[in-house]
Amino acid sequence: MDDLSNYPLELTGDDVPMVRFMKVTKRYGDLTVLDKLDLDVAEGEMVTVIGPSGSGKTTVLRMLMTLETINEGVIYVDGQPLTHMAKGGKLVPADRKYLRKMRSQIGMCFQHFNLFPHMTALENCMEGPVQVLGMKKAEARERAEELLELVGMSDKRDQHPSRLSGGQQQRVAIARALAMRPKVMLFDEVTSALDPEVIGEVTNVIRSLVNEHNLTMLMVTHQMGFAKDISDRVCFFFDGKIEEQGTPDELFGNPQKERTQQFLSAVKEAD
Amino acid sequence: MGFNWNWEFTWEILPKLLHATLNTLMAAGLGYAIAVVLGMVFALAQRTPYWALTKVVREVIEFIRSTPLILQIFFVYYVGPQFGLKLGPWTAGMIAIGLHYSAYLSEVYRGGLEAVPKGQWEACTALNMSTRDTYLRIVIPQAIPPALAGMGNYLVGIFKDTPMLSVIGVAELMHTANAIGSSSYRYLEPYTLVGIIFLAISLPTAGLIRLFEGYVRRKLGLK
Repeated sequence: MDDLSNYPLELTGDDVPMVRFMKVTKRYGDLTVLDKLDLDVAEGEMVTVIGPSGSGKTTVLRMLMTLETINEGVIYVDGQPLTHMAKGGKLVPADRKYLRKMRSQIGMCFQHFNLFPHMTALENCMEGPVQVLGMKKAEARERAEELLELVGMSDKRDQHPSRLSGGQQQRVAIARALAMRPKVMLFDEVTSALDPEVIGEVTNVIRSLVNEHNLTMLMVTHQMGFAKDISDRVCFFFDGKIEEQGTPDELFGNPQKERTQQFLSAVKEAD
Repeated sequence: MGFNWNWEFTWEILPKLLHATLNTLMAAGLGYAIAVVLGMVFALAQRTPYWALTKVVREVIEFIRSTPLILQIFFVYYVGPQFGLKLGPWTAGMIAIGLHYSAYLSEVYRGGLEAVPKGQWEACTALNMSTRDTYLRIVIPQAIPPALAGMGNYLVGIFKDTPMLSVIGVAELMHTANAIGSSSYRYLEPYTLVGIIFLAISLPTAGLIRLFEGYVRRKLGLK
């Protein structure tokens, strides 16, 4: 059993990361998906997670979005525990109320977009701000319009998702997540379900976010070229662990571990 | 006795029957309104994390679906007073028929609710929406369109079951036809007219429901 007294109630000091995974373990029955994962993401940093399927990389994002519970360890966001909360000087598993408070700092985009089909692009982007943040409709609309402009979807604002292409839907989904003003954005294989010719329109949006906004981002992708271009750091996951990590130049240019080399050459062949 | 249709008698009783039709429509409408709301409550109650609640609601639904409506009507009306529940025929009838159909509608809703993709729930979590908002604004609006065909069937069903209310004296169409029959000893005309009236309402309703279904899907952008 994991002794929670081994984990700090909060992170303090000069160098508090925006996200910290501390010895996080995730199991499904007997299968250990993530094994004592330690991972820090600094404020404003863009970290990309790559690796073979089943290596636990999507689980990392899902745990951070609180879509999955964790078995051991603690996740911190901006110095505060996310999966747990301090109670009587000890860490205990977070309750619903605490999760709702902490979750507001994180936004996520999904492989299959998950836009609300019964709402227009604009309504999708207004839903969270109005219902959750309690923003006035006029203000939420103005902000949603700005964000749709940012992702190049202004002219489709009144369309329902069923009338949009995959790339267009994903751009709306990015705008929808940004409308909640998260500190951390998660991108879970956001180009995997797209036709090759529209991948660029989505990666360009993410690229502009990296260049122009000080967002902390964690991304899972199979687009190695894209990962190489925009990441500050790349983590190669294998078998529930970070096998190797480094700057894109280090990891793609000069991988040290044999498994990394094998994976990268296999991906290169497939391209 | 041969076939002997009396037109004069027909015209004489028609206004009475048409008037009773209003009561029939009101009974069906009220009963259905109860069933639509209560059915959703039953469906949602089976999706809470409290397994005991799920189990109880499940059993109640199975019980209601496995016993005849007419028995339930009798029960509410005649047995209710023994438990201090004294209800008029209308109230008792509406409770019985509403409850009965809510059990069926809850199953229709359940299918619709389960058909909403998991990704929609995850998107709601990612937007930090409350469970209440998730249901009311995202899940239920998507669960209703696929449930509309089933809901429509039960609307016609409840309409056709309203004659059962005649047994406790609700003055609907069947009750009125019976009364005409027993006072005039002519049954051919009143019962034939009742059949024609039911047909004239049921058939177009089924068509209208299909049109409505298409309209809702377009309106919600689901097509």
